[in-house]
Amino acid sequence: MSILIDQHKKVIVQGITGREGSARAKLMLDYGTNVVGGCTPNRGGKEVHGLPVFNTVKETVDALGKIDVSVIFVPAPRVKSAAIEAIEAGIPLVALIADRVPLFDVLEVCEVADEFGAKFVGPNTVGVMSPEKAVLGMMGGNARTAKSWFHAGNVGIISRSGGLSASTGYYICQTGVGISTIVHVGGDSVIGLTMPEVAEMFENDSETDLIVLLGEIGGSQEEQVSDLVKSGKITKPIVAYIGGKAAQSGTRYSHAGAIIEGGKGTWQGKVDRLNEVGVTIIEQFGDIPQKVKEISARETHQKREN
Amino acid sequence: MAQLHEYQAKKILAEHEIEIPRGQVAFSSQVAREIAENPGGEVVIKAQIHSTSRAASGGIRFASNADEAEKIANELIGKEIAGNLCEAVLIDEKAEIEREFYLGFIIDTTLKRPTLLFSDSGGSGIEERADSLKKLVCSIRKEPIIKDIEEFVGSSRFSVLNDDSLKTGLQTKIAEILQKLYRVAKSTDARTAEINPLALLKDGRLVALDARISVDDYADFRQKHLGIEIARELGHTPTKLERIAWEIEKDDFRGTFFFVEIPRKPEQSNGIWIGFNGAGGGGSMASLDAAQRNGLQPVCYVDTSGNPPASKVYRAAKIILSMPDIRGYFLSGSGVASQEQFGLARAVLKAFLEAKPIIPAVLRLGGNGEDIAKDLVERYAKFLPAPIEAYRKKDSADFCAARLFELISNAKTQRRKDAKSEPSAVAERFSADYEFKTKTGTVSFDYDKLDDSSAEKIVESCPQKILKLNNYYLPILAIEAEEAERGKCSECLACEFASLDLGLNAVKIEFPIEGLNIGVSENYEASA
Repeated sequence: MSILIDQHKKVIVQGITGREGSARAKLMLDYGTNVVGGCTPNRGGKEVHGLPVFNTVKETVDALGKIDVSVIFVPAPRVKSAAIEAIEAGIPLVALIADRVPLFDVLEVCEVADEFGAKFVGPNTVGVMSPEKAVLGMMGGNARTAKSWFHAGNVGIISRSGGLSASTGYYICQTGVGISTIVHVGGDSVIGLTMPEVAEMFENDSETDLIVLLGEIGGSQEEQVSDLVKSGKITKPIVAYIGGKAAQSGTRYSHAGAIIEGGKGTWQGKVDRLNEVGVTIIEQFGDIPQKVKEISARETHQKREN
Repeated sequence: MAQLHEYQAKKILAEHEIEIPRGQVAFSSQVAREIAENPGGEVVIKAQIHSTSRAASGGIRFASNADEAEKIANELIGKEIAGNLCEAVLIDEKAEIEREFYLGFIIDTTLKRPTLLFSDSGGSGIEERADSLKKLVCSIRKEPIIKDIEEFVGSSRFSVLNDDSLKTGLQTKIAEILQKLYRVAKSTDARTAEINPLALLKDGRLVALDARISVDDYADFRQKHLGIEIARELGHTPTKLERIAWEIEKDDFRGTFFFVEIPRKPEQSNGIWIGFNGAGGGGSMASLDAAQRNGLQPVCYVDTSGNPPASKVYRAAKIILSMPDIRGYFLSGSGVASQEQFGLARAVLKAFLEAKPIIPAVLRLGGNGEDIAKDLVERYAKFLPAPIEAYRKKDSADFCAARLFELISNAKTQRRKDAKSEPSAVAERFSADYEFKTKTGTVSFDYDKLDDSSAEKIVESCPQKILKLNNYYLPILAIEAEEAERGKCSECLACEFASLDLGLNAVKIEFPIEGLNIGVSENYEASA
């Protein structure tokens, strides 16, 4: 399987005629994503990379039939209306790529998504990739490097950092182990799909045998994952790395969500909680691939035994 | 999120008809005196700093007359209080407090909903009494109705609001203020808005004695009127360098340049002070941790990410190199970057070639284009007075940090005595025969230095293809000058390095940094 995205899911791009949207649509197509069209207000009737362009999401859905995912490449101030438009048009999964989306806008999207039973990834995400199948957004810079860097396998990666999503994927694949799906949940304090939600998806994914959790200071997503392990909702092994050990309280470290506030969300607090429930904590980022390789081999072996 | 000062936050409360004490802000002790003189009487003088230990650090003081007020203001303004520079004081009439409440608006990031908070046990130290806080989960799309808030305030199981207070309508009044606080937050894109305390005065009035509003950094573009100086959570009053860095960042949306100075604590020195430049948030944090694990203590946290132009990274490097007492320079991101790494290498090299710092540098340039980037650094290393080394994907952040530690430890022996002060050509006189403006700088050509072949190479080096050869076979813009200035020139430094690679200083690119004085080498010499 893999989660969230594969080569069969029908994908559209909102803002497909823009510089970023057009370039990324091409990269996704080149990688193997089933991109079927896109929309930009007042650009209906055009074509981009041979794909039809419509004025609105509704028009796109009416013309192309049921759409599984919309990837939104519009500037931050316009993300809210674009996301709500997609959700109201009945698209069940939306990816918000833009950085710097105002918090209140994200909260509004959350409420509309809840109302319609839709999910979204981001904002501030490089995207989601199921290697050798499809990618939403982009990882690896271009389709050629992405294909050479990432391979299919049994490791699920959840990350709050875009750069670390790609680099961890790359380093793990260098050891000969492959990846089911990489999900960059985004670095903001309020996001659509969270680490615990994605972890549960990996738990239910037959292709994923172990989960790599790339967390950082701030918020409580990592703690929520440890709660899921504690309650038995997640049984697959987890390897976790938490960034920001050297971070000071009260200062934000790049990501909107990477801040220790009121003594909450500290590195130590997260590490302790994950340790308690038996998650493997990696202190040196560079040690992740080797540990993952060990566990992956063990899990694969056990699967065969059974 | 940028935190507003108390006086700014209170002004917004007042605009929403929440009563605040009569008071005014003063940026000098003279003005403080004038405020206290009229109408006279006891006043409270409050340092305008962001700190949870303001009162304990002597940042809140009382004065019974104007003389005292002036004296206290003089003791506060321009001083550091709880590690924060105090630039202004708020002078409020002294309140006769009967009881204190806490009112708050926060975002519950797990529920993803705005939440109103209330405690009938307000005042300082509310963080420690978090148990006394009641929460009302709201919607961002629909303002909570007064009836629900009233019920919420009344339902507090810790409530000491008794029947009498109900009769005097206290509960309703507090509910109304909470509703107004929700409006304050909505209208200012506040991640948190707090009134602590909301005081019931002896005369029966409900007054917001202190307030805190933190505005979402990402909503800065639609909250310009709030006059936020730096839309960044720094955790302290902005330093001079942070202000310089923000000027570069604020109107340039090409990539992100994040700059925070990490307060230096010599008494708890846990490593060699270095300048740190990360690329990408997660990788930067991981690299920061790696630095500290390997005996290095970054004195700044810098993140240049999201594919910034070389001009931005160059300025970041220049600012870092201006920091006194740093003994090394560490650039490290995720290690597997999708953006071309030679742009990064050019930017940092340009800064180093100009500043010529006598400190070693390690640049972890893993990702696309890493081989070209490494080669570039190695070719220019000989022009620098101290070692500069480049590493690739396969080299971990810990390895690179350890390598920098080693270079610094050996700095005296390894320092290049033979280094040419600059690529030889650069020292030559430069006369600008042709120049054009870029978005944030100027590119100029010295035609006397060019022959047909070198001119051609310079034109070809431009990835944006905005240069061409004129009738005399000299480089000029192939587009309108205004287009280059609007951003067609991507400020990538390719043409300048094409010229340097030919051993020529035929191209000069200037990216000015307002307010920056470079002066690192001397300091290092003194400490080495």
